Amino acid sequence: MNDTSEPVLRARGLCKFYGKDESLVRAVDGIDLDVAAGETLAVMGPSGCGKSTLLHLLGGLDRPSAGEIRLAGERLDQMGERALARLRRSAVGFVFQAFHLMDELTAAENVELPMLLDGRSPRAARRRAQDLLTQVGLTDRATFLPAALSGGQRQRVAVARALANEPLIVLADEPTGNLDSAATLEMLRLFESLHAAGQTLVIVTHDARIAATADRLISMRDGAFADETRLTGGNTGRLADLAGLDG
Amino acid sequence: MGQILLVGRLASRDLRRRPAQTLLLLLVITAAMATLTLGLVLHGVTSKPYQQTRVATAGPDVVASSVGFTGQSNRSSAAASFTALADAPGVIAHSGPYPVAWPVLRADGITADAMAEGRDPARAPVDQPEVIQGTWVRGDGVVMERAFAAALGVHVGDHVTLDGRRFPVIGIAVTAAIPVFSQVCFYGGCSGPPGKPLSFDTGLVWVTQATAHSLASPGNPLTYYLNLRLSDPAAAPAFAAEHQPPPGPGPAPLTAWQSLQDAAGTLVAQEQQVLVPASWLLALLAVASVAVVAGGRMAEQEKRVGLLKAAGGTPPLAAAVLLAEHLVIAIVAAGAGLAAGWLAAPLLTSPGASLVGSPSAPPLTWPNIVLVTAVAITVAGASTLVPALRAARISTVAALAGTARPPRRRQWLIKFSARLPVPLLLGLRLVTRQPRRFLLSTASFTVTATTIVAVLIYHATINTDARLSGPFAGAPDPGNARVSEVLLVITIVMIILAAANAIFTTWATVLDARRFSAIVRAIGATPQQMFAGLVAAQLLPALIGAVLGIPAGEALYAAVQNGGLHGSPPAWWLLAMIAAILLTVTVLTAIPARLGGRVPVAEILQAEFA
Repeated sequence: MNDTSEPVLRARGLCKFYGKDESLVRAVDGIDLDVAAGETLAVMGPSGCGKSTLLHLLGGLDRPSAGEIRLAGERLDQMGERALARLRRSAVGFVFQAFHLMDELTAAENVELPMLLDGRSPRAARRRAQDLLTQVGLTDRATFLPAALSGGQRQRVAVARALANEPLIVLADEPTGNLDSAATLEMLRLFESLHAAGQTLVIVTHDARIAATADRLISMRDGAFADETRLTGGNTGRLADLAGLDG
Repeated sequence: MGQILLVGRLASRDLRRRPAQTLLLLLVITAAMATLTLGLVLHGVTSKPYQQTRVATAGPDVVASSVGFTGQSNRSSAAASFTALADAPGVIAHSGPYPVAWPVLRADGITADAMAEGRDPARAPVDQPEVIQGTWVRGDGVVMERAFAAALGVHVGDHVTLDGRRFPVIGIAVTAAIPVFSQVCFYGGCSGPPGKPLSFDTGLVWVTQATAHSLASPGNPLTYYLNLRLSDPAAAPAFAAEHQPPPGPGPAPLTAWQSLQDAAGTLVAQEQQVLVPASWLLALLAVASVAVVAGGRMAEQEKRVGLLKAAGGTPPLAAAVLLAEHLVIAIVAAGAGLAAGWLAAPLLTSPGASLVGSPSAPPLTWPNIVLVTAVAITVAGASTLVPALRAARISTVAALAGTARPPRRRQWLIKFSARLPVPLLLGLRLVTRQPRRFLLSTASFTVTATTIVAVLIYHATINTDARLSGPFAGAPDPGNARVSEVLLVITIVMIILAAANAIFTTWATVLDARRFSAIVRAIGATPQQMFAGLVAAQLLPALIGAVLGIPAGEALYAAVQNGGLHGSPPAWWLLAMIAAILLTVTVLTAIPARLGGRVPVAEILQAEFA
């Protein structure tokens, strides 16, 4: 990670409010954030502190009430819906706690979908989907429907889908929230390999073991950053030990 | 008892929670039931006007004509048979025989065949036409039958020509002795010069006997009409049958008043011929509507069913609530449809200008009430049964988790759609997820297109008929105008119902596709692509339905017409119909699709997980 380089993602004075007057809720309240290329950033905090809202704002899924967000230098907060969608398609990959896979599509078809939306040929999309499924260790599950996969396998398909269009940044919202310990370990290893490959990651999590694998950890409370800790980073090969998981 | 109360309470609360949807469903079923009621109650409604006309004109019980008796010897034979008929047992009075000439009438540029009956200025004891306007026959004046005059646009004071001779129109009258216009030739027959094709739209005029004689020629001789009054009018058919000459070529020369009364019902019978199949088509549309709404509600109501079951509701209870909601709507719609059909019947059963008086409200018999109610309940029951059974069967946990209705998968469609542009890819995949809704939607569009095509064929047939008749087209047939009006109303009702169906289907698809839409938007589909996908998902069944409607409309017209002339609408009519259906669907889809697209992706994804 190089601190002097231009950040991939930059937010300044970011706010998201719901309601008004006495019922005003400050879900995100004046956040400044820089995420450098190749960095893995973990955001922690109690339920309802605004972590997921922040992630949605950073990925262009939701619009801020105030402040600015730049992704690769482009202002997200000033983009129209269509431009935002195109940006999400090409530059952002999402991983959700609830996986959000298409139930009627196989693992491979789910991974192909962003590429087909991006106009890639079915053949090229299928080839890349197979490569990505191999990368996440699911070569033999390519033709399985999500219902036939375990939670961990579904989340790995979701990660493969997030990587489909080679995004600048992957935003993961509680990626291990629905997983058991074994599946969590699998995910840790996957994120580790992504980190090693230079993929920029922002992971929102409750789980201190996941946060411990990041380069930087930010704690949130009541919509604002409460604390920021620079972790070891680059601890390849010892993630599971650090996280206290059996491996 | 408690359970019935609970079902009633849950059903009524749910209906009140969705007033727009409930009202639309009510309208859809009511329209179908009103049309069915109309089709059922029209039978025999013109008998009263005919009876009123019969009384006002001292109408005959039997009419004898000499049409078909050609040649001198035959005419002598007809005269002899008329004398015998006038003296036959049971005959208490008669008028005539009156000479009838068959000239060509021209009025205001329209040429029509006419039946010119020669009458005395004095009042006849049997069949004295009721003068509605002007005066009865005298001098060189012509009195025209009211419906014939209306079809030609002729009024008292105008002039017409009979075989080229100019006559003033001095009166307008009605009679019960000759079938209503344009059925004049269908009982008793018509005549004309040899070699000239006979028009079926011959109209009646009255002239003096001297004028009638002057209009005859050796090539177009007079025929004679004799009006008989019997001591027992009810026995008129038996009398006519008894005195009918042996079967031979030409029409039967004796006509009982009951046959003339039936002829008066022809206009209404034509309308009935259209209304009955239309009501069944509308009922099919109603089935599609209710099925889509019930299915769509299931998608919305999974959690409600889960909660009901979790709170101790049995599977039959969950099914009963859904069934009860639609059965209540069906019963209310049956009542409203019966009332609407009964009230609308007089509008369709105007006896036409050939008769005086107006029809009474048609009889609403118990069998009709039971039939309409049963059809309404069947419509609602059949279309709600599948979702109701599904509600009963789904697992409580799955319903609460919102995973009770996994979308369908069609491997080949998914593979095929990958090769298509993004909107079509999304549209096809949406279609694939709900094949039952796709079939219902296709059926709805097919029914609508079938009706429109049948109507287009009807108009093409009228045009073809007019073209073939050329200068002998005659006066416009009032039956055609009335059937056209009925068809127009049915088509409008059907289009409204199909539009309601399209809105139901799109709305249900938008609701079902919320998660699908949120995910594809999260991974980069633009709102426009998603919108185009939803439109494509609706256009696909619309296109298939419109195309299937063409042969189906041909078959429907052939079945209703039961033989006879069958015109072909120009290709551009059919193409315009397909284009209009697709355009309408696009517009109707736009509203729910846009509203669905406004919900932020993050909100839907959060809600999905919550």
